[in-house]
Amino acid sequence: MPLLEVKDLSCSFHTRNGVHRAVNGVSFHLDRGEILGLVGESGSGKSVTCHSLLGLIPRPPGRIDSGTALFDGTDLLSLPQAGLRSIRGRRISMIFQDPMTSLNPYLRVSEQLIEPLLIHTSLTRRSALEKAAAMLRSVGIQDADTRMNRYPHEFSGGMRQRVMIAMALITGPELLIADEPTTALDVTVQAQIVELLRRLQRETGMAVLYITHDLGVVAGLCHRVQVMYAGRIVESAPVSSLYASARHPYTRALLRSIPSTHRKGERLQTIAGMPPDLRTAAPGCAFAPRCRHAVAGCLQGPSPLLRPHAENHSHACLRDDLTDDQLSRND
Amino acid sequence: MTDPILQVRGLRLGFPSGKGHVQALRGVDLELRRGEVLGLVGESGCGKSTLARAVMQLARPYEGTVLLEGTDLGALGERQLRPLRRHLQMVFQDPYASLNPRMSIGDILAEPQLAHGLLRREEAGARCAELLDMVGLPAGAAHKYPHEFSGGQRQRVAIARALALGPSVLIADEPVSALDVSIQAQIINLLQELVARLNLSMIFIAHDLSVVKHISDRIAVMYLGRIVELGEASAVIETPRHPYTRALVASIPVPDPARQAPAPEVLSGDPPSPLAPPRGCAFHSRCPRALERCRTEMPELEAASDKGSCACFNP
Repeated sequence: MPLLEVKDLSCSFHTRNGVHRAVNGVSFHLDRGEILGLVGESGSGKSVTCHSLLGLIPRPPGRIDSGTALFDGTDLLSLPQAGLRSIRGRRISMIFQDPMTSLNPYLRVSEQLIEPLLIHTSLTRRSALEKAAAMLRSVGIQDADTRMNRYPHEFSGGMRQRVMIAMALITGPELLIADEPTTALDVTVQAQIVELLRRLQRETGMAVLYITHDLGVVAGLCHRVQVMYAGRIVESAPVSSLYASARHPYTRALLRSIPSTHRKGERLQTIAGMPPDLRTAAPGCAFAPRCRHAVAGCLQGPSPLLRPHAENHSHACLRDDLTDDQLSRND
Repeated sequence: MTDPILQVRGLRLGFPSGKGHVQALRGVDLELRRGEVLGLVGESGCGKSTLARAVMQLARPYEGTVLLEGTDLGALGERQLRPLRRHLQMVFQDPYASLNPRMSIGDILAEPQLAHGLLRREEAGARCAELLDMVGLPAGAAHKYPHEFSGGQRQRVAIARALALGPSVLIADEPVSALDVSIQAQIINLLQELVARLNLSMIFIAHDLSVVKHISDRIAVMYLGRIVELGEASAVIETPRHPYTRALVASIPVPDPARQAPAPEVLSGDPPSPLAPPRGCAFHSRCPRALERCRTEMPELEAASDKGSCACFNP
């Protein structure tokens, strides 16, 4: 049984300007010890998917319209608040993009580190503090016993993200949800944090759901990747097979728009147009208006379902007939 | 082709702050050749945006000169400087902050031309349509306001505004960092086209080496207010000489699982504070190759080969 199994999750935001269907029937699973990447551009629904699992969607305006999310057999979406609280921060932890706004500036780092332990375990304050210092050392903060008594503003961005990671992992969670944890950091620091997460995952064997817009980070870290577009998963594959033979035209276009894979001066592949407005439900595939391979059928009927075409590799596209050559043609 | 259109010599600039004095630029020498794209990379706080502002004369340096076509901009008063500003234009990082939300796109594009007396009111419509067409926006956009556009489209407007005065030098300060990957590619293509078509010279600032490599002819790498390596783009990326450049290159995530380094060389620590830059080479505190000499002496940028120069005692 997978550690996490999400089925048909839909989530919408009811605002004055209309109903935004942010997530539309998303299903996926995550095995124990697996690192799953969730990739997409802004507004694709990747963060909303993960936030809704932990009950972090503000309601209103957010609403979970359908779906189940079985975590080790318990449905997170139908759990009452008290039940969710006993899982959140203990068995599932989360780290966020901006370590400055997710740490409390008024509290010493030590207080914030031991909070999950005091809530979820019966440890005494003294032993919780010892554990916190050990945890800080394991995320690479030297001189942990003294630095622990400082405030968040006394740490640099990379160090704050290390503190966040220590805080998330201090209860030994089975699942870590990481929402763009390196986006706000400099490249050399980003490399440090990715390396740290890779090592901690190996040591603890936890599962990681890694949300990012950066296909480069995914390639080096994740075992499996899912690409989201306009609130739906459009392709899901093991990392090697996604990069070697992506099947969905959106994934292809995304991979080709990364500058480093090109020679200098060559025009970058772009995706014409913009993502659709999620307030109006257009028929057919959401990517069709921007897709160079779209045919009349792509703009009609229900949106295409995720179907397997090889082992563990599935994609949601009507154009199964496209050859690899046609997909990679650069015109 | 290779004579410099813009020269920066010995630029020093700092800011007072609550905790002391921030040394943002600690002696920068740089040349922008006619018709080239010079990429400027470095991590946050290294001084790349300050350098752009100093070149634009938006911040006046303590020491050093900025020469545009041989004219020392720092020696000019505001009134004498104004006619020269049209040759030197800038595109900023955040297209949400750099466009006035209360002005229509047409007014945004006309304003600089009216201020320089280059445009009569009755010509404004036609000129605006021409500029919008240049950056791939429909002429109808002139009557809309910034909030009606997406980030990528706003950046196109910002580019059109910078081009409105027919500049010879364009400084683009992280123009794509706030955009999604697929939109980034559109803006990079657009800038490349415009540089070729309008015969511009451009300084392109970014923290993302892969973007810089794609667009630049030469690349300058900055660390804590100084240029540590400068050379042809391919040489800097493929055979970096400075240990910091090497670490930067090694930190680029490779979007291909088959080409992952088995144990990526990750730089330890954070960049030091510009409030108190280390003595000697600013990078010595993180450098795996630091010598005793690096702690006391500051290396100068010296030619390392015909393709580039590097500021390091032990490259």
